[in-house]
Formats: sequence, C-alpha cells, structure tokens
Amino acid sequence: MKTILYILQKEFRQIFRNRTMLPMIFGVPLLQMLILVFAATFEMKQIDMVVVDKDLSAASRELVAKFEGVPFYHIAEAVQDETIGEKMLLNDKADVVLVIPVNFERNLVRNDKAQLQLLVNAIDGNTAQLIFAYSSRIISSFNQNLVAEWKGIPEFTPPALVKIAESYWYNSELDYKWYMAPGILAILVTIIGMFMSGMNLVREKEIGTIEQLNVTPVKKYQFIIGKLVPFWVIALFDLAFGLFIAWLVFDLPIVGSLWLLFGMAGVYLISVLGLGLFISTITETQQQVMFVSFFFMMIFILMGGIFTPVESMPHWAQMVDRLNPIFYFMKIMRMLILKGSGFFDFIEEFVSLSVLGLFFLSLAIWRYRKTA
Amino acid sequence: MKQLKSFIKKEFFHIFRDPRTMLILFGIPIAQLLIFGTVIKSEIRDVHIAIYDQSKDETTMQITNKLLSSGYFLLDENLGSTEGIEDIFKKGKVKEVVVFESNFGEKLIREGSAHVQLIADASDPNMARLVTSYTTGIINDYIRKLHPNLEMPMQIQPEVRMYFNEEMKSAYMFVPGTMALILMLISAMMTSISITREKEMGTMEILLVSPLKPGQIIVGKVLPYLILSIINAFVIVLIGRFVFGVPVTGSFILLMLETILFILMALCLGILISTVAKNQMVAMFFSMIALMLPTIILSGFIFPIENMPEILQWLSHIMPARWFISIIRGIMLKGTGLLFVWKETLILIGMTLFFVVASVKKFKIRLE
Repeated sequence: MKTILYILQKEFRQIFRNRTMLPMIFGVPLLQMLILVFAATFEMKQIDMVVVDKDLSAASRELVAKFEGVPFYHIAEAVQDETIGEKMLLNDKADVVLVIPVNFERNLVRNDKAQLQLLVNAIDGNTAQLIFAYSSRIISSFNQNLVAEWKGIPEFTPPALVKIAESYWYNSELDYKWYMAPGILAILVTIIGMFMSGMNLVREKEIGTIEQLNVTPVKKYQFIIGKLVPFWVIALFDLAFGLFIAWLVFDLPIVGSLWLLFGMAGVYLISVLGLGLFISTITETQQQVMFVSFFFMMIFILMGGIFTPVESMPHWAQMVDRLNPIFYFMKIMRMLILKGSGFFDFIEEFVSLSVLGLFFLSLAIWRYRKTA
Repeated sequence: MKQLKSFIKKEFFHIFRDPRTMLILFGIPIAQLLIFGTVIKSEIRDVHIAIYDQSKDETTMQITNKLLSSGYFLLDENLGSTEGIEDIFKKGKVKEVVVFESNFGEKLIREGSAHVQLIADASDPNMARLVTSYTTGIINDYIRKLHPNLEMPMQIQPEVRMYFNEEMKSAYMFVPGTMALILMLISAMMTSISITREKEMGTMEILLVSPLKPGQIIVGKVLPYLILSIINAFVIVLIGRFVFGVPVTGSFILLMLETILFILMALCLGILISTVAKNQMVAMFFSMIALMLPTIILSGFIFPIENMPEILQWLSHIMPARWFISIIRGIMLKGTGLLFVWKETLILIGMTLFFVVASVKKFKIRLE
C-alpha cells in the first residue's frame, strides 16, 4: 500500500510539474464544451428562400406575404427567372426556391387546383426534408385561409379528425444542448483518460526511465495502479467541473443521484484507462500509442450513439457496440442526468462496463513486462 | 538535392516500417468512411414504443396495426394505465407511448373527432421529434384513407425537387466531411508529432548540424505526408464514388488541386504547432483536442452552420475545414467551377501563407 502511495506521489508531481499540461487538462476541454455544445444543434434558425413569382397575382403576393410573416423564413430576393434562383442554390445563397408559375391564380379559381414548385438544396438530406415539411405546412395553412376567404367557407374541416396532442417528457422545450452536453463531456473525459495514461507510460519507455522502475521491487499491479489512479482522478475532476459548468450555463438539470453518476463514471474510466494502458504496453513510442488509441477512439465515438441514435444502426453494428464502453456510458449518463433513472434501471449496462473494465485492466497488467 | 532525396527516403522508411502508423494513415479513413456509410443513420427504424389503448375498438386496433407494420416501430408493451410510463421511460428502451382515449372509434364517428396523446422521451430531442412526427403522419394517413373521395376546393399542390441530391443520401454529406476531417487530422497531427518527436528524442539536433538547410528539413518532413494524404484523398473519392455512389460532377482536376491546397494548409498548420509545442504530448493535445472536435462540429460537417449562434458562425470562419467542405461540396455535388469557389480558395491560400510565415518566424535552428 505504501509503495503505491509513493508511486502516486511521483506521478502527480510529474503531471503537475509540466506547466503547459495544466491548461490542457482543465482549460481547453471545458472551453470546448462551452463552445461546441452551442454549435451542435440540428434546430433550424433561418431558412433563406428565393421567390420566383411569375404570376404576380393577388394570390401569389398573399402567399409570399405569408412566408414573410414567418420569423425564420428569410425571403432573400424576388426574381423573375428560375435560372437565377438555381444559381443562388449553387452559391449557397438560398436554401430553397419557391416557384409560382404563370396562371397560378387562374388555375386555382377555374380548375380548383394549382401547382407550385419548391426547389430545395438537398445536400443535407435531413435539413432538406425539414425545409420541405415546414414550407408545405405554411402553404397548406395559406390554402385553408384562402378557401375560407374566397369561398366563404368558415373553416374547412374534414368529417373525421384525430386530434393529436404531443408531450415531450424530460426535456419539454426539446433543448438540444441538454442532449449534447453529456455527450461532449463524455468524449472529453474519454480523450483525457485514454490518451494521457497511455502516453505517460510509453514516455517512460521512450526516455528509458522505465528501466529504472523495472529494477525496483515495485510489483506489476502496483505500477499499473500508479499509472492509472492519477488520470482517473483528473478525468473525474474534469467531469465534475464540466457538469458544474453545464448546470450553470445550459441549466442542465441533473435529476439522478450525483454519487451514482460519479460511481458509474469511475467504473467507465477504469475500462477506458485500462484500454489505454493496454495499448501502451504493446507499443514502443508515443506516436504509436496515439495512433492506435486514436483509431479505436474514433470508432468508439462514432458508434457510441453520441451524435446519432444507436437504434438506427444496423443489427451487426449494435452487436459490435456491446464491446464499446462509450456506448454504455453514454446511455447511463443520459438516463441518469435527464431522467433520473436509478441503479436498477441500468444494471445491465453497469455489469457490462465492469466486465469490460476488468478485462482491459487485467489485460494491461498481464501484458506489462518488467523485463525489457 | 541528393541530401534532400536521401532525407525524404529516410522519412518514408520511418512511416512504412511501422504498421501502426499505416493503421492510422490508411485504416482510419477507410474504417471511418465505411462506418459513416453503413452505421450512422439519423432516420428512425425499429423504435420501441408502448401503447395504452383505453378503448380497444376496431379503429384503434387498425391504427396500432398501421403503426407496427410501418417498419418504424416495434411494440414493446401494452400498458394498462398511465402509471407505468415513468418506469418504462427510465429503463430507456421505449421512446414513445401512444395513448388512445376511451371510446375512440365511437367518438370519431359521432362527434367527428377523437383524441390521441403521444408522449415522447425527449431526453433525445431529435429522436423525440422524429418519432412523434412519424406517428402523426401515419395516423393522419389512416384517417385520410377512411374518406378517399374527400377533396378540398381550390387546392394548392406543392411539388418538390431535391437539388444536387435527389435521393437524399446521407453519403452526400459525409463523404466531403470525412475527407476534410481525415486530411486535416492526418496532415496536421502527423507532421506536428513527427517534428516534435525529433525534438524530444534529441535527433533534431543531429538534423540541424547536418548540411541540410532548415527549409530542406521541413520539406523533407512534409513531403511524404503530402504524398500519402493525396493518395488518401484519392481513395476516399473512389470509395465515395463506387461504394456509396457519390459523384464528382465538377472537374476532377480542380477537385484534386483544391485538395492539395487544403493538405498543404494542414501541413503548414502542423509545422506551426510543432514550433510551439515542446513535446509530443503537447503537440498531440493541440492537434487532437484543439483540432478534432472543432473540425467535426464547427465546420458544417454534421451540424449545419446556419443553425449555430451568431458568434459561433463567426468563429467557424477560422476553421479551414469549413471552407474546404464548401469547396468540395460545390465541385463534387453541384458541379460548380472555380468561378463559384474562388473566395473559399483565396481564403485557404491566405491561411496557408499565414501559417508558413508564422512558422518561419517561430522556427528555431538552435536548441535551447
């Protein structure tokens, strides 16, 4: 026990001695969280629309006025020619072009039917779909008003109507920041845990000081624990600090028990640090550690359900995700923070995380060789 | 010249003899593209829902069947009361509860309207919104089909054309994005680390006292990564084209030239980082933490820039990847030429020059 304490003392000293490391460990990640959480949103703020009104009738003007009345529609310009509209799509000056053809009003009155065209920039398919949905909703509401006004029918109602009420639990405002803040925090904690521990061990190899440690009576597990604990503590500190800022700035409600959250984070970090240390035992230089951990981390993050839901992934990917610690941690974090789920709600995830942690850690201890 | 040649050869050896470096150089781009292409989907499929049906009549049964046969939803549980909703949400599997009021079918016929409540677990707001809008769509569709002859007078029929991406494939978004991310990370990270490594190991000193000029050392360090990155860009475009069907509508040569410009910019950024960083750990932190997440998030790769708060939109201007993504989307998907992307190109050139000047100023030919 005493030996471990001394090793820890040495490690902490080495970490805090390096002045450039401190802002890196605490400042940069939190600054990033602050900035990136605001940026990571799918919520639309503004739709740039170009109107090509070839009809120039009362009905077409009213329709354009209707769009102008919607706050997040920004009607960029009125042009007479479709090709100009298309050019603006090319230029990224417009998200959507509304084309009102000649005889729009006449067709509407005489044939009871009139066509409109919406040209949407669909490179981002999701956004395109949203733009189309919003725009057609506005058009259909305009349509209903028009019928009411011109035909004198007070409000057009179909004979049977299902009234659908939606309620959103745990995040009634659908605030995307509440969803992203735990995600980004998890990424940052992972980066710190996985990279720093791995690089630290290999650095000793690279500069040769590991030989000195190897000839001491320090046991394998003591050495690995000495390398693990400091970064475990630092990562937990980062998490606490990050949560505090999220609570302060984003009003992130932390419904569940904080103790439980940190307990889970502790288990999670053991698996991540264990993996980092294992990678460092099979590599020789810091560069290699970085590359190998980077490879795994990229895949872990992208598949972990931080940005896109795991449920939408193909079945095989969901099976692979059972080996992904971020997947479990993400699930636990979000359930605990927003919904206040208790320990028994995610006991399965807890067991899986513990197994992964034990596995990686023992792999690291087993693979670490005291002989050079 | 001959010295430079052998120096470059040495650098290539360094890269090729280590399978782990190769893993990063070629494994990551390919793995990432394939993951993005097959795994990352934001549409919904097989979402678990629960139903609390208070009337259990023919209409509600039919609506339930419609929901479950749509392929979007899987029934997890039939609830008997509203009590259990909290508990099943806390378990995390069920994302939505559909509540039909009692005597649903009767009310629909007699009173002309009936109520459905959709309760969504909004701890994932995006998912919640998608799920409720899909459900609403299916229910409305069912009702509409009950009265097929119903037609509104004076109907406006909007007709939509999806430009540049008619089938709305997500590959159109992520192929250019991945390209930017990979090239940025590999070029900047690789060079900054390989230069700081020489510093840390003390071999930089040997290089500095060699007859090689500082400029030649830099060129020698950068050239291998330039070549490898170009190969990478090539591979990404090929996979995009043949695996995911993302076309190159514009000029291929222009695309490659712009790519080389972007790679050069990233390499210069890497050199600048290496002149500032004392050891590999710091270099890594710079290129990883300070570059990776902002490149993913602030460049418009996943999250549209227009949605961000104004300050961040301004901040995104300093992200090189933002300009590059807009260039390659233009060339690959919209088929635009230099006429449309000259501004972005100039900005990238400007950034490259800035990084070159800054690193020349900072580059020390003596060690402290």
